[in-house]
Amino acid sequence: MSRITLSKLAHSYSPNPKGEADYALKEMDHVWQDGGAYALLGASGCGKTTLLNIISGLVRPSHGRVLFGDRDVTDAPTTERNIAQVFQFPVVYDTMSVRDNLAFPLRNRGMDAAYIAKRVGQIAQMIGMEDILNRKARGLTADAKQKISLGRGMVREDVNAILFDEPLTVIDPHMKWELRTQLKSLHREFGHTMIYVTHDQTEALTFAQKVVVMYDGRVVQMGTPEELFETPAHTFVGYFIGSPGMNLLDADVTGTEARLGKVSVPLGAAYGPTSGRTQIGIRPDYVTISDQGLPVTVKRVEDVGRHRILRAEFQGQALNAILPEGITVPADPRVAFAPGKINVYANDWRVQPTDTRGGA
Amino acid sequence: MDKTQNNKAWFLVLPVLVLVAFSAIIPLMTVVNYAFNDTFGNNEFFWAGLDWFEDQITSDRLHDALGRQILFSLIILAIEVPLGIFIALNMPKKGFWSSLVLVLMALPLLVPFNVVGTIWQIFGRVDIGLLGHTLAAMGIDYNYTNDPIDAWITVVVMDVWHWTSLVALLCYAGLQSIPQAYYQAAKIDQATRWSVFRYIELPKMNGVLLIAVLLRFMDSFMIYTEPFVVTGGGPGNSTTFLSIDLAKMATGQFDLGPAAAFSIMYFLVILLISWVFYTVMTNLDREENR
Repeated sequence: MSRITLSKLAHSYSPNPKGEADYALKEMDHVWQDGGAYALLGASGCGKTTLLNIISGLVRPSHGRVLFGDRDVTDAPTTERNIAQVFQFPVVYDTMSVRDNLAFPLRNRGMDAAYIAKRVGQIAQMIGMEDILNRKARGLTADAKQKISLGRGMVREDVNAILFDEPLTVIDPHMKWELRTQLKSLHREFGHTMIYVTHDQTEALTFAQKVVVMYDGRVVQMGTPEELFETPAHTFVGYFIGSPGMNLLDADVTGTEARLGKVSVPLGAAYGPTSGRTQIGIRPDYVTISDQGLPVTVKRVEDVGRHRILRAEFQGQALNAILPEGITVPADPRVAFAPGKINVYANDWRVQPTDTRGGA
Repeated sequence: MDKTQNNKAWFLVLPVLVLVAFSAIIPLMTVVNYAFNDTFGNNEFFWAGLDWFEDQITSDRLHDALGRQILFSLIILAIEVPLGIFIALNMPKKGFWSSLVLVLMALPLLVPFNVVGTIWQIFGRVDIGLLGHTLAAMGIDYNYTNDPIDAWITVVVMDVWHWTSLVALLCYAGLQSIPQAYYQAAKIDQATRWSVFRYIELPKMNGVLLIAVLLRFMDSFMIYTEPFVVTGGGPGNSTTFLSIDLAKMATGQFDLGPAAAFSIMYFLVILLISWVFYTVMTNLDREENR
């Protein structure tokens, strides 16, 4: 087990990259702590899988280095890196029995037979397949095959990291919860570094201690679920995390105030001058509806079970708010923003307040 | 069920029946007719019962031809199947070269059978053929018209040249259907090259291999044109396979009765062996599933 360092890492699939657009991954510097549970979150095609394949050694980065601990493994093949990877679709050896599938990575490394038997038993118990260990993998359902893949990823105890590439895509919803919970408890038990790629924010937020959000070949934020929620570093994070995503409104920010057309909103913190397109972001959870504040036009109200979502418009820009139970929409609806919960963005990136008097 | 019964609908299948009757059943019945009767021309037939069958089953000539036929089919299967797999594994997987190799591989399959025979007949000739002349110049005593072994080698090499592509192309199609993730997983599991072949590639090729083996078996068991053009069944009877023998008997000697009995048995043998092949291979598959 070891720390994974990505140093000035970038990757382009074209041999002569000309501009930024040719890079599947833009230059990044990151350290993944040993024993961490990370989720790699982003929309399809943002470079998640490329990054994962670079860490596992299936793709050699065109720029920069990859370090495991202090060892530079940029040029080391997959087999030398001692990592495990679980793919999006089940990869099982059809003609082998479930037992042989699970034992395969250990046998290839010349492990002791007694140890293999013991380890396969443990894994089989974990994935709930003890009673079908002797069956051929071929006839099993996609669910079961993916569980074998997960088991095979988990069977080695000494791996540097276990990488999961959207492993639960083909699994039934109720099974997803169960497996995800098992992965978490395994992580607690064995302390492997786990990197979990997904485009499902629920999956990412429930699995990981740290969520790495990628957008257009860049890591835009690496933080705890709470940090992603409260202080998204990029408008994409604000929009992608949370349901519905963060409200973004064009504004002029001066000092502790933001001007939205004719009205001004207190920010709860002081900001220096901003350049480029300036927006303020506020989570729908921190927007309150009453008969005081900024006037909005209500479009509709959606009932999503736990609460209702108010879809409204403010000066022609969409604005969503969470309506707690028991609150009715007044005849002349107005909204107020919780001051400490407002973030300021210039050209999509979060601007650090110069002074947090309001206690953000 | 109160469905209206209308037996007139049966007439709708009549055109098919007529077509099949003319194309298959009537010719086949003619053969059956010859097999159970004796005739001296003049359209007069005398009932011969199973005499012709008995005659043929006990005939040394047929036994020898059958032996040669089985040996030939086994040899070409033993060469073409592994060679085809080997070629498929080493073919480029994508890009310009893969297209080029595919076209080159398909070429022998497009050459008509008698042309293949003619090519090799000339190619192997000691006086003007490139192969025969070169071998002779190297001091190797090669002459497919005199030496049975040389004749066999020529016929086998010709068949391998003609048909290995088929096996290779079928296997190639099977290999192309394997997702990249399987190879990546194998790398991560530290699988050896042999394990990758044994546990990933071979299982995926199973279905196409069954078809390849069946096709190659049936075709080789019925082979006629190519060896007929090259060796004419000689020297002696050394390359007289079942089809060649049958044609000699029927159109050379005009022994229609024995030839008809022969061809019916020939047909049944091919049917039987193909069925056994198919059943055994699909059952193996099913047992593995347990």
